Amino acid sequence: MTSKYLIGFALAAALGVSQAQAEELTGTLKNIKETGAITLGFRDSSIPFSYLDDNQKPVGYAMDICYKIVDAIKKELKLDKLEVKLNPVTSATRIPLMANGTVDLECGSTTNNAERQKQVWFTNTHFLTASRYVFKKSSGLKSIDDLKGKTVVSTAGTTNIKQLTEANVARGLGANIIPAKDHAEAFLMVETDRAVAFVMDDILLASLVAGSKSPGDYVISKDAFSKPEPYGIMLRKDDAPFKKVVDAATAALYTSGEGEKIYDKWFMQKIPPKGLTLNVELGPELKHEFAKPSDSPDPDSYK
Amino acid sequence: MTMLGNLDFDVIRRSLPYLFLEGMRFTLTLTALAAFGGLVFGTLIALMRLSSYKVLGRIAGFYVDFIRSLPLVLVIFWFYFLVPYIGQWLTGASRPISVGAFASSLITFIAFEAAYFSEIMRAGIQSISRGQPAAASALGLTYAQSMRYVVLPQAFRNMLPVLLTQTIVLFQDTSLVYVLSIPDFLGAASKVAQRDGRLVEMYLFAALVYFVISCVASFGVRRLQSRIAIVR
Amino acid sequence: MNYNWNWHIFLEPNPMGTGTYLDLLLAGLVVTIKVSVLAWIIALVTGTVIGVLRTLPSRMASWIGFCWVEFFRNMPLLVQLFLWFFVLPELLPKSAGLWLKQLPNAPFWTAAVGVGLFMSARVAVQLQAGIGSLPRGQKQASTALGLTTVQTYRYVLLPMAFRIILPPLTSEFLNTIKNSAVAITIGLIELTGEARSMQEFSFQVFEAFTAATVLYLLLNFVVVTAMRFLERYVAIPGYITGK
Repeated sequence: MTSKYLIGFALAAALGVSQAQAEELTGTLKNIKETGAITLGFRDSSIPFSYLDDNQKPVGYAMDICYKIVDAIKKELKLDKLEVKLNPVTSATRIPLMANGTVDLECGSTTNNAERQKQVWFTNTHFLTASRYVFKKSSGLKSIDDLKGKTVVSTAGTTNIKQLTEANVARGLGANIIPAKDHAEAFLMVETDRAVAFVMDDILLASLVAGSKSPGDYVISKDAFSKPEPYGIMLRKDDAPFKKVVDAATAALYTSGEGEKIYDKWFMQKIPPKGLTLNVELGPELKHEFAKPSDSPDPDSYK
Repeated sequence: MTMLGNLDFDVIRRSLPYLFLEGMRFTLTLTALAAFGGLVFGTLIALMRLSSYKVLGRIAGFYVDFIRSLPLVLVIFWFYFLVPYIGQWLTGASRPISVGAFASSLITFIAFEAAYFSEIMRAGIQSISRGQPAAASALGLTYAQSMRYVVLPQAFRNMLPVLLTQTIVLFQDTSLVYVLSIPDFLGAASKVAQRDGRLVEMYLFAALVYFVISCVASFGVRRLQSRIAIVR
Repeated sequence: MNYNWNWHIFLEPNPMGTGTYLDLLLAGLVVTIKVSVLAWIIALVTGTVIGVLRTLPSRMASWIGFCWVEFFRNMPLLVQLFLWFFVLPELLPKSAGLWLKQLPNAPFWTAAVGVGLFMSARVAVQLQAGIGSLPRGQKQASTALGLTTVQTYRYVLLPMAFRIILPPLTSEFLNTIKNSAVAITIGLIELTGEARSMQEFSFQVFEAFTAATVLYLLLNFVVVTAMRFLERYVAIPGYITGK
């Protein structure tokens, strides 16, 4: 704590000015202020949202958004310096690690749904994607029913594996579902013929295919397991003051057009580590959402 | 056609700095600190088990049996999620204490290994003839002094080869932090493997590295064992 | 602790459509038992062969035994499972590799063989020590009686050695059960795996892990008790009794 700040604080107190800063801080904001640090959770292979580049540093669309949020928090708390700590998370560990205070913001590709809102909160949506599956062209698994009795992989702890599990029961597929630790490992199961299909959000599938050794070998299904669902940056539940700051930061980012620029950087330009271009244009739903930021878990509200 | 023909071992050379400066450094630091912590707490647990206070002995015995009944993977999951709450409880903070990936793994392995090290130290302490602590107390040494200067140094020395062998097991076991996506040596290797689609090369290389280190270490332990045996 | 406990979760239906969450965990327990028993049989059979090899007078046999033990002892189990699961099929001829990869239940068989071979090194070491602890006279007496080497091992040395090493074998069997949990890394959904998926589906982390912990403790208790009975049953009166 700098002396300048102390004097300022003393002055504010002396003058009896009741500003946001002089109010008692609680929860995550208090902790960030006290420790001078914030911890971001990142993913190994959620391309292009949050993944490791050539130097094994986490980068991506969601990481960029998170760094903007960090800037806003720094400003809000009037901190000269805010240390950013990074902690790896997997689909399976992200929610418990958010709940137990290990990470403050989870910057990745986490689907915001009503069920998860009982455990964690989300800020404004940064992407919309549906759950599909990728398969090798040679296996020709055109519809979900073609997965009958086959070995299908998905990532442990995702909404996708849950939807797959439910479809498996509802449609009587009798598919053998294998959970993988992360998306790269799951894709590898298909690449090495361990599994015939990988069920995941279509944007992540498209990125994995684009980055694979022979992108031409893979097809992403037309059939979907879900409607396009919103992705959100995850934060701790029941921490309204923190959510207010994060929501304001993301809303400002999206409405100012800066969000679109970051989008362009990761979805339309060359991205590390291999310099591939995903060429996924900003869809009308997300464009609309950027104009009117929303943290709703309901897919229908984005139409 | 086998894939041996199109293996690309250059991927290993390119990722060596990351594999060793980050991955192996994590693994070795974790191993060394966990072995040290495990030994300290293991010795305390062994002393509790052998103490004349029955309650202490029961608590220690329960802890050791409990931990030794559980798979390490389960213990790793437990601690990674639970340690922040324990921190909150210990410090009386209003929210869970944020514990980083390394600290959390270290606490997990110390807690886990302490159970195993305590059994070794217990055997070591029991291997000292009863006359020695008796003589120590006849000389006027307190319990703490007789442990500190007479019993524990000998127990430690007698058990050194076993302790070191357990440390080699620990070195191998640290690879299980892979389940948490923490970049230890194996985690680093698997990240490169998955990023570049070079699974065969990276896993073979990782296996070789673990093998060489463990082999050399256990060879050293065997040499040490024979030297100690001669001295005795 | 800002965590919402919900112990009723076990009676709620699981999303797999296979009954409640408790059923899910019990199914995981069954997989753990199956894979452990299979791995243990593999470990006992190969471990016995290797352990015997190490005690034979032949240099070659003892060297093979030594290499086997060192190979399986000096690599983390996790890495060994990766070698069997990810690497081996790629090094085989394509059709054989594909067959291996598309075996139904590939993670189960890989885990059983991988854990089994890993444990076989430990069984071999125990057995070697057990045979080594027998008085030399036993072997000499067998030879004097005209028994062949095979007969000596079959009727004299092995029955004695196995009785001696029964207590350490019990703990190696318990280790096999614990080690089977490592197979979640190759997609086997055993007890720890089911606890993890219960956590993912229900978000009740600590309830799920508590239940898995209790089930492991029970399994441990059952094995220890059963082995005590076995030790008493096979003990030779007046000789090395199982205490």
